[in-house]
Amino acid sequence: MTTAEKYVTGAYLVLLGALLVYLLIIALKVSRLEQELTDLTRLAREKLGG
Amino acid sequence: MLLVGGYALAFYWAPEDADQGFSQKIFYLHVPIALTAYAAFGWGAWKALRLLWTGDRRYDLESYTAVHIGVIFGLLTLVTGSIWAKISWGEWWTWGERQLVLFLILFLFYSSYFMLRYSTEPGPRRERNSAVYALFGVVLIPVSFLAVRIAGTILHPTVFTHEGANLPWQMLVCFLICLGGMLALAGTFYRVELAGKRADASLRELRELLA
Repeated sequence: MTTAEKYVTGAYLVLLGALLVYLLIIALKVSRLEQELTDLTRLAREKLGG
Repeated sequence: MLLVGGYALAFYWAPEDADQGFSQKIFYLHVPIALTAYAAFGWGAWKALRLLWTGDRRYDLESYTAVHIGVIFGLLTLVTGSIWAKISWGEWWTWGERQLVLFLILFLFYSSYFMLRYSTEPGPRRERNSAVYALFGVVLIPVSFLAVRIAGTILHPTVFTHEGANLPWQMLVCFLICLGGMLALAGTFYRVELAGKRADASLRELRELLA
């Protein structure tokens, strides 16, 4: 692998890495929202006496 | 799909650049990312203008999300640009290049947007201040974009001139596909992030109602 090829690969891996980090952040956020929604549903049931 | 197809074409179909050789393949990554960053900042400014014009508060979240996406793509532009600079010029960064410095200023300007935003309490004042700031930043976009042409620089290459695209048609096709893919990716990020932030706000409201 030449130096240019190494750098080009590195640049494309930067994008791939950024994509994976973004996906991870979104996955964490969705699971947090899901948890909050579950808590609120339980709270609403308690308030309504259901 | 567009991105994967574009990059497959760029590597296996587009001819290798006679001057830069294989390292020119970063062009299909770096330039679409940079143009996407400009587009996101522009979109954020447009939403900020709509907020100031109509007073509709939903534009605040849209402007904020667009600026956030712009900063992510701006950071990627700086990183990929530095890698390309290292191959082509032998150094990661050069302060003598106006376009590089102006892009850095643009990036830092929009990075400061978050400091401004979170230094004030949530409410109409914060929304208005953020909108004015996002709108001011957009002035830097044409300056940054045209800097290389105005300066007549010798280091940073100018591919798109008044006479048209200065590259073979195969490269242009690959570039346009990659640009479309990158814009679609940013658009997806924007929609996903906006949906997340709206859901967050609705849940907060619901929690307050139930408390």
